[in-house]
Amino acid sequence: MQDAAAITAVSAASGGASSRAAERLRNVARNVFPFLVVGAIWEAVAWAGIFPQRLFPPIETVARTFVELTLNGILPLHAIETLVRLSAGFALAAIAGIVIGIAMGRSKRAEDIFLPLVSIFAPIPGLAYAPLFLLWFGLGNVSAVLLVAFVSMFAVILNSWTGVKAVKQIWVRSAQAMGADNKRLFRHVILPGALPYILTGLRLGLAQAWRILVAVEMLAAVPRGLGWMIFGAREFLNTDVMLAGIAVIAIVGLVLEKFVFQKLEDYTVVRWGMMSL
Amino acid sequence: MTMPASKLADTTARRDSIARATVTILAAAALYEIAARSGHFAPALLPTLERIGRALWTGLSDGTLILHAAYTLYRVLFGFALAVVVSLPLGIAMARFQPVENFFMPLISALMPIPSFALVPLFMLWFGIGNTTTILIVLYAATFPMLFNTWSGVRAVNPIWLRAAGAMGANERRLFWKVIIPGASPFIIAGARQAFLRAWIAVVGAEMIAASDWGLGWVIFDAKEFLNTDVMMASLVVIGALGFVFERLMFGTLERATVLRWGMMHSAKS
Repeated sequence: MQDAAAITAVSAASGGASSRAAERLRNVARNVFPFLVVGAIWEAVAWAGIFPQRLFPPIETVARTFVELTLNGILPLHAIETLVRLSAGFALAAIAGIVIGIAMGRSKRAEDIFLPLVSIFAPIPGLAYAPLFLLWFGLGNVSAVLLVAFVSMFAVILNSWTGVKAVKQIWVRSAQAMGADNKRLFRHVILPGALPYILTGLRLGLAQAWRILVAVEMLAAVPRGLGWMIFGAREFLNTDVMLAGIAVIAIVGLVLEKFVFQKLEDYTVVRWGMMSL
Repeated sequence: MTMPASKLADTTARRDSIARATVTILAAAALYEIAARSGHFAPALLPTLERIGRALWTGLSDGTLILHAAYTLYRVLFGFALAVVVSLPLGIAMARFQPVENFFMPLISALMPIPSFALVPLFMLWFGIGNTTTILIVLYAATFPMLFNTWSGVRAVNPIWLRAAGAMGANERRLFWKVIIPGASPFIIAGARQAFLRAWIAVVGAEMIAASDWGLGWVIFDAKEFLNTDVMMASLVVIGALGFVFERLMFGTLERATVLRWGMMHSAKS
């Protein structure tokens, strides 16, 4: 996707100002066109009455529900609750994951202790732990947050560990030759060197946390949240509410990926020259 | 290539690390057992390893756990196969033909951030509870990694190879089968691996929410109702083992049989 964007950017830059505007317009049109086609098919199916309209609402109904729910504050309320849960769980995962991962990369003993455990627990699908967590920590927020943290931690651990191990030996040796003590070595060589991997781990972890959280909210009977909202809407056959909720979930996911992580990467590893765009 | 001496050192190091891993796992198991037997926690919530083992054995010997596993495998493999059938041609077409890419890329970018579980309630309304819903969820979860990797793999085929093959007089069809497919195969296999992992997660989740009456995800969730923690843990063991077997054996073998043999990728020296 970045390639495609770069190519269009280059071809846009080569033309004059007016052709650049035309190019941009064409670009927008090209991106909008598939949605128009799919939307038209959706509308046609919805109005053809093949499926009951309660189950397959036309787009304008979904849009109206979306606007209504946003204006009366229900949708933002659920979304905020979900985001708070996501941040809490992910923050725990990030802290624990980076600490354990770096320890594993730096010390052989930590590696021996943690690696077998990580290799056993990481491949089990996160949601499979959900009932266990529900039994141990009860229904509600504690279980949801802990489960999200536990599940998304593994990606962070594995990537931080690989990252520390992947720091070039020459950098470490030359820093030592120049008289860096352990603390400086860690702060100025190992951490920046491992950061691209750690960020990849965080990114993967966040994506995983987001996927799991939606499902956990359905299972854990939390008081509010997007997953719960979608699941609850099913009881009343409110397909429009469900679709509006799914749209919000998609938007949040997109924003997390595009704006949170790409920005973070720009500010750190790309600026330090550890990674080129 | 490898000298015998370094090979020997390799095997000793390997044996050492296996020994250490065993010690860690035994220590963790002992800690767990002590906690379970200490009486500080309710035995229903923290069953001893012996009880987990017995539950696993009963489930395996009377065949229920195997049947559950068979249902889960059927769903995950069916969905995964569908995903391959859909995304392999589509990914290749997207990489080879600009209009196809222009049409599908925006749609894919919009759909990709939706977690598969978010669709479970919707699919439950549309398709009811059971196989159809779970298979479709697996399909949805597995399609995107597969599609994305196929697309980048075909695009990443070295243009020099294409030109060389063209100069040597390969026609479109030969070019496709002899250059593009092998060239893209490391990406495609990585995509399949990732897709299977996603599919495996999705099937367990879908079985929990869109509960039918068979499947490992369903067993775990159902066991919760009756506080059968031993059954839950036993199913967790089965899920982990199956996932591991597929990941290592299936994709490991596939990789050895194709990309490694073709020399597209070298096995990592760890």
